[in-house]
Amino acid sequence: MHESMVVHATPTQYKSEVRDLSFYYGEFNALKNINMALHEKQVTALIGPSGCGKSTFLRCFNRMHDLYPGNRYMGEIILQPDNVNILASNVDPIEVRMRISMVFQKPNPFPKSIYENVAYGLRVRGVRQRAVLDEKVEEALRDAALWDEVKDRLNQLAFNLSGGQQQRLCIARALATDPEILLFDEPTSALDPIATASIEELITDLKDKVTILIVTHNMQQAARVSDYTAYMYLGELIEFGVTDTIFIKPKNKQTEDYITGRFG
Amino acid sequence: MTAKSPAEISQPRRLGYSYRRNLRERFIEALLFLTAFASVAITLAIVVMLVKESYEFFQHVSILDFLTDTQWTPLFDDAHYGILPLVSGTLVSSAVALLVAIPLGTIIAIYLSEFAPFTVREIAKPFLELLGGVPTIVYGYFALLFVTPLLQKIFPELPGFSLLSAGLVMGIMIIPYVSSLSEDAMRAVPMSMREGSYAMGATRFQTAIRVVMPAAYSGIAAAYILGISRAVGETMVVAVAAGMQPNLTWNPMEPAATITAYIVQVSLGDLPHGSIGYQTIFAAGLTLLLMTLSFNIIGHILRKRYREIY
Repeated sequence: MHESMVVHATPTQYKSEVRDLSFYYGEFNALKNINMALHEKQVTALIGPSGCGKSTFLRCFNRMHDLYPGNRYMGEIILQPDNVNILASNVDPIEVRMRISMVFQKPNPFPKSIYENVAYGLRVRGVRQRAVLDEKVEEALRDAALWDEVKDRLNQLAFNLSGGQQQRLCIARALATDPEILLFDEPTSALDPIATASIEELITDLKDKVTILIVTHNMQQAARVSDYTAYMYLGELIEFGVTDTIFIKPKNKQTEDYITGRFG
Repeated sequence: MTAKSPAEISQPRRLGYSYRRNLRERFIEALLFLTAFASVAITLAIVVMLVKESYEFFQHVSILDFLTDTQWTPLFDDAHYGILPLVSGTLVSSAVALLVAIPLGTIIAIYLSEFAPFTVREIAKPFLELLGGVPTIVYGYFALLFVTPLLQKIFPELPGFSLLSAGLVMGIMIIPYVSSLSEDAMRAVPMSMREGSYAMGATRFQTAIRVVMPAAYSGIAAAYILGISRAVGETMVVAVAAGMQPNLTWNPMEPAATITAYIVQVSLGDLPHGSIGYQTIFAAGLTLLLMTLSFNIIGHILRKRYREIY
């Protein structure tokens, strides 16, 4: 902790620690011995060229890989304050996903009304009281900066929204259940620059509430929104540190080449 | 002198009109049009024939009698021409069939699409499709000689011919239509939508019921409508197992003739062409066509209203 006090602008605690994490798609070793940490209520960005394993890494945090046969985790992802390895076989992936939400690359609203999309996570948790749902839906939509645009048409189908609005709806959906960590998998890659700017602004605002891990292809985006940055290449974590340091004077030559656009 | 590029050799450089190519295109287009037109023309021909013969029929029988008379005895001396008994037989047997086919077909589709491991699905699907390939006459005798005696052990008062038995077997027959189309619709739902649901902490079952099914709604509705049309139009099973007596009843435990069973019965006999008995077939056929047509229109409206937008 002492060392980090020196390095960080604001001292933070770890929300999650990744220890010796490796991941296999069948025989293919997609992640190799990754060690890093997520600082609580900070934004951590994962960058690196296509196929470097950043999405694979992100999807370990909510055990998304459990949905498909043949996938195997090794190592640990410790979730605080429980101090529990969420990859352990006795941990229920559904319980993990109850606490760690995710926003996907392409907006993927459900074929339901705007209201029901946001209420979905609460409904699957068995919440039925209308008053609770109403309150949570409004709060989540406000947090996702979407409330003013949709408050008069909550019962309309979510597909009628624009791409950027759909993505903010998906963020509201993820926020409604008060997650501790929010995972973003290239959340703006399907959006235009204006919608992208609003999502980035939102991510910065959400930092007060939740720990954020974001995969991005866009290095400017990583520089703009994140406090910490991890550079990955071919399944390995090459460099991890405070974003400013990584972007201004990376220790590793490979990171520097990637960031300066000489490669990737 | 090797300056000629490959493009120059393969493509003559001209901007003129290619008559040969144009003619060939025209010919292909005409051929395609005729093929497409044939199906429309045949449908129209059927409708014209039905309407024309029915028109003759309605010269002798008023439409009011046809729709309200409670007896269908066109071949008796005391002839009555009320379609209601045939309609009731058709609707009751179809209702029984759908009560079997829709729930079972849907459950099978959900299982195969969302739960079954790859190998189970690959084995189960051909068997299901086999169920749809069994000749309907076989189903008819299966109902008459196997299901009816079985049902009689539970309901001793059940007659030898009944709408219940015919309907149950018809339902089994329709299951593959409902399950196969519904499963296709559910499998077409993009994985990203399922992942969205799982990521919110939903279970497989919650994902299947709350996200995948609503997303596949229009395809599932189409499957149901096809099932209904199949049930209403099915002939052999009801002709064999439900009896041939027109009977105005809503009780599936009774024997009754359906529209299709009546048509089979009459067209097997030797009725003189142009007689009123002969024309009843067309009036009954037109009724059947209007019934299936209205189901198809309902299905079409439902599909339009809730079409898939991923």
